[in-house]
Amino acid sequence: MSDTTDTGPVLAADGTPLKRSLRRAIRAQKLRALALIAPLLIFVLVTFIAPIADMLFRSVENQIVSNTLPNTVATLNDWDGTGETLPGDQTFEALFYDMFLAAESKRHTRLGSRLNYEQAGISSMFRTSGRNVDEVGEDQVEALEDLNDAWSDETFWFTMMSGPDDAPKASDIVADQRERLAKLNQSGFGGEVGFAPSQEIADLLPRTVRAYTAFAVFTAIADEDVVAEEEPWEAVKVALIEDLRAGADLSGYQGAGAEELRAAQAGLADQPEIDYKQAFIDMNEDWANLENWKTIKMYAPPFTAGYFLNAIDLQKTPEGFRPRPENEQIYIMLFQRTLFMSLVIMGSCILLGYPVAYLLATLPSRSANLLMILVLLPFWTSLLVRTSAWKVMLQQQGVINDTLVWLGLVNDAGRLVMINNQFGTIVAMTHILLPFMILPMYSVMSTIPQTYVRAARSLGATNWTSFWRVYFPQSVPGIGAGSILVFILAIGYYITPEIVGGTTGTFISNRIAYHISSSLNWGLAAALGSILLFAVLILYWAYDKIVGIDNVKLG
Amino acid sequence: MTITITEPKPITFAAPVAGLAGAFAGLLVGTAHDNPLLGLAIGFVLTAALAFVWLGVFRHERIARWVTFIAAGTGGYLLAGAMGALIGLLFGWLIGWFIFWLGEGRYRAKLPPYTTAQQVFYHFAFRVLCGLIFFFLITPIVVVMPLSFNAENFFTFTPEMLRLDPAGYSLKHYKDFFTNDDWQQAMWNSISIAPVATMLSVGFGTLAAIGLSDEHVPFRRAIMTILISPMIVPLIISAAGMYFFYSRLGLQGTYWGVVLAHAALGIPFVIITVTATLVGFDRSLTRAAANMGANPVTTFFRVQMPLILPGVISGGLFAFITSFDEVVVVLFVGSAGQKTLPWQMFTGLREQISPTILAVATMLVIISIMLLTTVEMLRRRSERLRGLSPG
Repeated sequence: MSDTTDTGPVLAADGTPLKRSLRRAIRAQKLRALALIAPLLIFVLVTFIAPIADMLFRSVENQIVSNTLPNTVATLNDWDGTGETLPGDQTFEALFYDMFLAAESKRHTRLGSRLNYEQAGISSMFRTSGRNVDEVGEDQVEALEDLNDAWSDETFWFTMMSGPDDAPKASDIVADQRERLAKLNQSGFGGEVGFAPSQEIADLLPRTVRAYTAFAVFTAIADEDVVAEEEPWEAVKVALIEDLRAGADLSGYQGAGAEELRAAQAGLADQPEIDYKQAFIDMNEDWANLENWKTIKMYAPPFTAGYFLNAIDLQKTPEGFRPRPENEQIYIMLFQRTLFMSLVIMGSCILLGYPVAYLLATLPSRSANLLMILVLLPFWTSLLVRTSAWKVMLQQQGVINDTLVWLGLVNDAGRLVMINNQFGTIVAMTHILLPFMILPMYSVMSTIPQTYVRAARSLGATNWTSFWRVYFPQSVPGIGAGSILVFILAIGYYITPEIVGGTTGTFISNRIAYHISSSLNWGLAAALGSILLFAVLILYWAYDKIVGIDNVKLG
Repeated sequence: MTITITEPKPITFAAPVAGLAGAFAGLLVGTAHDNPLLGLAIGFVLTAALAFVWLGVFRHERIARWVTFIAAGTGGYLLAGAMGALIGLLFGWLIGWFIFWLGEGRYRAKLPPYTTAQQVFYHFAFRVLCGLIFFFLITPIVVVMPLSFNAENFFTFTPEMLRLDPAGYSLKHYKDFFTNDDWQQAMWNSISIAPVATMLSVGFGTLAAIGLSDEHVPFRRAIMTILISPMIVPLIISAAGMYFFYSRLGLQGTYWGVVLAHAALGIPFVIITVTATLVGFDRSLTRAAANMGANPVTTFFRVQMPLILPGVISGGLFAFITSFDEVVVVLFVGSAGQKTLPWQMFTGLREQISPTILAVATMLVIISIMLLTTVEMLRRRSERLRGLSPG
């Protein structure tokens, strides 16, 4: 009788408590299952989820302004963007160095087209300025070069900037400029530069050294030339002129070029100051336009809601959110059209799918299986085959029009226009998506017993009542499942509207494709895509609640 | 089972109804000759008279139907040549069958005896409606096939084709497909991308589906949602995201970029079909195998795999057709070097329209039919193996 008096835990064969042993077994099983799932999960996360996340990130990312014009953006923080005055001379001076580097890297046009999405006409401003930016301070640079030929001599510059070999070097400036160019060019700027400025000259002529270092890094890495063999950019000389004018104290300097520097400081004393603002306005008068500066300040932060606002026909102004001009408002209309047409397609799929699903569910299984092939064949046929078939059917010299003309229902001049409009898209997409409606409906309807309807009939219900009050309510889950599936698929369709939709029958996805491949406005494409994705995810969630993703059936 | 009543119906009912069918045929012939009303009237009178003769005067079904068949065919030939003869034979066969189907009352054979005349009418009206919907479903696919043999570069039937004149038909679009470098390149690209993508999705997908079928898996629903999402997220969004992301990785415009993208798109199909097969899988079989000394790998290949193989194969076929048909993602992720067959068709449909597309379409339809048959056979075999359905 020991087993009845023993109150200790139940033990497994090896003596451990059964509970713990069981828990260990289940944990091992769990781990085994997870180990089987893990490779696929990682695969999907990398090849599919990460791209989607990247797209979401792109819809708000806006680092191009601060990457291209970092100094200008920094000075704009002090500028009150709501007043009536242009930013100060300091900003225009910063803009000069930024533009010079951007023009050398050929990135200024990209920034121009980015800002052009927000303010039309701004891209030409950047384009012309990038072309002419090396003319700023021309007179002063000429005066400098007239003083001494050494100022056009690459070796002289290189020796002066490097200082003696054993002098302390300011290598942090090289790292800064390297990072700045990497951001500007969106590519790594690693590699040997073969130049580092001496600390002494860096303290003495800070602007010049920064400009020369940027020049050196760009020359060595992007152009793959030797720094000591290239004449510095005009921007370096302008920087030197500014440094000298700012009163660099050369009295204690004994390094290379000390003589020439002192002569230059004295010789340039009577030259007029460089007027950056006027120089930029001379290049393109839009630089005097307050709106352009407001736009630059507005889009200076690294993240923006601008693409999303654009995607719902709004724009950000200093006064808050305002609708875009009438002629630019297309996205709300496109979203509405996409929704409306998807609903129409869903509706026609219900209308056409319900009778067929009912027939298949009530026929004896042998004939139902035969007819099912007629439903499954379109399902298995290539989407492009079906789309091209509809193009053949619907076009003006197509099969349907030919038949109608042959029958005399329309005359040859009055052939119906059935393609490249909404009608074409709706017909073709209804045909393409119909199997996705019929299959879920069928799987629900085949579980409804026929006896219910017969019982209702025998209790005196009419044909209509027995269908509407008894059969139909039981088939509603099938309609729901099919409708959500068809709607989800329809809302994101691209190929069919592109081929048979013309201009009035296209969806939001066609616009997304246009922005990716033609207008290259990737941010807007990503924002439109994110909105569409959000809508689909809500529907997906609803589908999961109603049907359960485990219950999706194929064929 | 049910008591069937197939008693002969009065001629006064059968003849006018058959006449209506004849009137429809007459309407078609009439409109083709610019006189629909006359055609309608002639059709009605002729058919009604025919029904009256066959049912009332000369009731020998076999002979009557042959006579109708041949007479209508001859009539069609006289009116519109070879094509007319074909249509005439079809109508003759239909009308001959229809007259006796009505006259003998066979239409009630499969209906319960208590159905009222009105219910019978609704029943057949519903059947006709369903027939029209099936017609809508299948016609576009069927129409493409004869058009691909067009001798001209048109997308529509030429008069020669309608006269069944051999000169109207040719294989030149097929010849173009097999000799044109663009199409051949596209075909080879499709053939080299789809199987590799399929193997990736089937390999990863089958293992994961087996893991997911375990009842103790944590976060099962969340994992399932992630794995199924490539099927739900609109292709254009997947394509956009992959385009952005793969450009960062340097995969954009490469063969492997397209293969990975297609493998991701095919995974949901493998997961769904294999999970469905595993639902009916009896776990005691693996335990029995382990009990008899088989290690897990042997158990998997000798016990589990043969049973779930139909599901794995049909999942693989789904993944294959997904990759083989896919165009949106390859448009963005691929470059000209990865131009696949659907991509070539897509550019063809947008730019230079050539009936070569229809030849390709016909061949693709035939491939689809073969795949469909395979999947259906596998599904039935799997259900039979698992005892879910008899036969």
